[in-house]
Amino acid sequence: MRFDEPALRNPIDDLTVFGRPVARIEGPLKVTGAARYAYERTELGKAAYGVVVGAAIPKGRIRAIDRTAALASPGVLGVITTLDHDRLPTADMCAATLFGGDVIQHHHQAMAVVVADTFEQARAASRLLSVTYERAEGRFVLADEEPRAEAAPDTENGGPDAPDIDVVGDFEAAFRAALVRLEQTYTTPYESPAMMEPHASMAAWQGDHVTIWTSNQMVNWAVRDIPRALGIPAENVRVLSPYVGGGFGAKLFIRCDVVLAALAARALGRPVKVTLHRPVIFNNTSHRSATIQRIRLAAGSDGKLTGISHRGLSGNLPGGLAEMATSQTKLLYAAPNREIGMRMATLDLPESNFMRAPGEAPGLMALEVAMDEMAEKLAMDPIAFRILNDTPVDPHVPNRRFSERHLAECLRVGAERFGWSARQARPAGVRDGRWLVGMGVASAIRNAIPMSSGARVRLERSGRLTVETDMTDIGTGTYTILAQTAAEMLGVTPADVGVTLGDSNLPRAAGSGGQWGAANATGGVFAACVKLREAIAARLGFPAAQCTFADHHVRSGNDTTSLAEVAQRGELIGEDLIEFGDLGKRFQQSTFGAQFAEVGVDAFTGEIRVRRMLAVCDAGRIINPVTARSQVIGGMTMGIGAALMEDLGLDAKRGFFVNHDMAGYEVPVHADVPHLDVVLLDHPDALASPTKAKGIGELGMCGAAPAIANAVYNATGVRIRNYPITLDKLLHELPPLSAL
Amino acid sequence: MPQSNMNPPAASGMTPVRFITVNGEQHSPPEDPRTTLLDFLREQLDLTGTKKGCDQGQCGACTVLVNGTRINACLTLAIMHVGDEVTTVEGLGKPDALHPLQRAFVTHDGYQCGYCTPGQICSVIGALAEIDRGVPSHVTGDLSAPMITTRLEMRERMSGNICRCGAYSNIQDAIAEFVGEPR
Repeated sequence: MRFDEPALRNPIDDLTVFGRPVARIEGPLKVTGAARYAYERTELGKAAYGVVVGAAIPKGRIRAIDRTAALASPGVLGVITTLDHDRLPTADMCAATLFGGDVIQHHHQAMAVVVADTFEQARAASRLLSVTYERAEGRFVLADEEPRAEAAPDTENGGPDAPDIDVVGDFEAAFRAALVRLEQTYTTPYESPAMMEPHASMAAWQGDHVTIWTSNQMVNWAVRDIPRALGIPAENVRVLSPYVGGGFGAKLFIRCDVVLAALAARALGRPVKVTLHRPVIFNNTSHRSATIQRIRLAAGSDGKLTGISHRGLSGNLPGGLAEMATSQTKLLYAAPNREIGMRMATLDLPESNFMRAPGEAPGLMALEVAMDEMAEKLAMDPIAFRILNDTPVDPHVPNRRFSERHLAECLRVGAERFGWSARQARPAGVRDGRWLVGMGVASAIRNAIPMSSGARVRLERSGRLTVETDMTDIGTGTYTILAQTAAEMLGVTPADVGVTLGDSNLPRAAGSGGQWGAANATGGVFAACVKLREAIAARLGFPAAQCTFADHHVRSGNDTTSLAEVAQRGELIGEDLIEFGDLGKRFQQSTFGAQFAEVGVDAFTGEIRVRRMLAVCDAGRIINPVTARSQVIGGMTMGIGAALMEDLGLDAKRGFFVNHDMAGYEVPVHADVPHLDVVLLDHPDALASPTKAKGIGELGMCGAAPAIANAVYNATGVRIRNYPITLDKLLHELPPLSAL
Repeated sequence: MPQSNMNPPAASGMTPVRFITVNGEQHSPPEDPRTTLLDFLREQLDLTGTKKGCDQGQCGACTVLVNGTRINACLTLAIMHVGDEVTTVEGLGKPDALHPLQRAFVTHDGYQCGYCTPGQICSVIGALAEIDRGVPSHVTGDLSAPMITTRLEMRERMSGNICRCGAYSNIQDAIAEFVGEPR
């Protein structure tokens, strides 16, 4: 099915079960431990255990690896070292070597896998390798490399010919002429996805075919990249990823666990499973780059922005991606004069790659604080200032409208619900016992990304429907929303629908990332269901266009047949792919939100506690308010982490992230998170997808951190522009206690 | 988090206890003394509901109940638990016969990816037992008053169980329903 015209009214719009709160259909499996993740599968038989050994230098070469002692260790079946292989090709959009060759690009790069009958044996033997390194000098400090940084054009939005800097009008002239100006630099730290399930893969070969259970967000990328890495034909690889214990970008691409499990299983002739132990994940896999962002804003005394300049810098290995922290600034506010662009510096740190809301999350941490600062300079309310500078069109392509854009409504609805009118504009003006209390707001934007997505829907003889696709559910609710889609289209309930996901033998779907999963995957199931409806109508001799499906029956005029009756005559299958035309080019398709936070800051110690948060979201039709809300509160929680604690600490001399575990890398815990409030606006987007949905999984993170940062400023009068905002940065700037 | 009691000495005249009891079933301890309780459960008994998130006591995903007390199964060796009663998430309920707390997690969407969930659920049961025993926490106000299960108490006591998906707000709603707010 090609989606190149706005969606008309269709069976989804009945909203019998689509758009309704439905508890996760796989929930009972998750709460009882019956849902099995990659390392726990039994289908391949008893697997040997592989333990990965990472390099202890950040850059250089490995001269030798002595494995004698490891091989002699009890239970050891084999040791494969990086010197045994040529460098394996990396996944698309990745820069770090997964395995192979003597060149070390970053700390904890996989150097060897030690395989034994038991985990204990493999772990013990993994410590017996003797490695001779030749260490090279590295570049580890982002700010130091700024002079050598190169432009990072926004090819994702601007295509291969995207300019180094997106320019409209003459920013410098506007800035010089402006009555009110802001010029500030903001920094965001290195962050780790730190999902709960470590990377894990289990592989078994049958002849020259390999079956791999792995924890991966994008099955169709995995089956593209694994054959390349292993040097085998694509059709010889089957990947299964039915449960993924969190990803947040870390599992978009294959990592070394996949190739090491496959290489070891091939070498040993038996199934092997490999998980990355937690302390190796932070430096072996990918993280979000730190950024340095310089923002200049120009406005007249009326508060209308006349110029926006947002320039950013991030770092990565050579050939890696930049953290596109400035891209959203092209779309968020109007201003006739603009210059926006990223640069990237080469660093010899572990690979930077996509992490939840790549670009927007750190970009809005700068831009939305700058907007708060500018509002204060203008003596305007921060919400009024944002609404005044709202734009109905892409400011860089003024004839291109947004498909739907309700940012101002988000801000207004949120202000009312949050009690914004009680906010004191003067900072440090509210005291509650020992706590200084403040409120903050920030806008949120995250684009909707159309991607083709396929699915097959079976009406089985039993009368049960089954949805089959290689789509993944990484906690996002995919199982449930695909069941809702099929149930709505065929007039049954979600309980009548089985959903099989994450198997590369099934039709290729969009996968999970970039908040593109829900809208595209439900679109694919929609398309498959249209085909199935046609097949059912054909079997009954009904004209397909006039058929309605409801209450487990097919109706055409006065004729009614139960689906069970249709099914008894033999299984019927509908399979199709949703493909998108140029609506996404003709119209900017984005999701919007407003984030509100209230914090208390201990007047004595500077301790920051989040007291309340609210997100108001404009994200197209909400497919399932239960799972959508969970995506948003999850993003808000990660926003609390980004604002207040998350920070991969760099050893600038030895070139690695020091706090590489779950204790040193602090993420929010129960005690850090109050009740989180979410409002989901109802603005179906007929230009985005046939279900009029857009996706929401990353929107909830956007703007959450700067709303907290602005609340901290409102509480204390202290503006911290280098995240995370920790008490040590506040302590010496807090208002004198006598003034309280 | 309190550690479990060591094995009680065998009663005089009886043969020593040689089993680890898991969800009511007796199992011989592992041959390799290095095997953690976590790996014993997951790799030898195939009770994979108990999750390995960090293997070093930092994330809480492996929380199980040993003689009713919650512990991180990754931080204890299986052979230390001969004679102990271990309860894992599989021992609480089944998909078609959920424990009321498991049902509350489903009702309130107290999870997303599901990987920390078994640990969260076992931890709630352990934390409530601590409150019943009068064990105070960092946020307990009056140490001499009867202990009350407030949201603040549960947020504090559950903070050893990380949920990176950020379901905390919903998990607290699930706990509140299970304990019957106010308790």
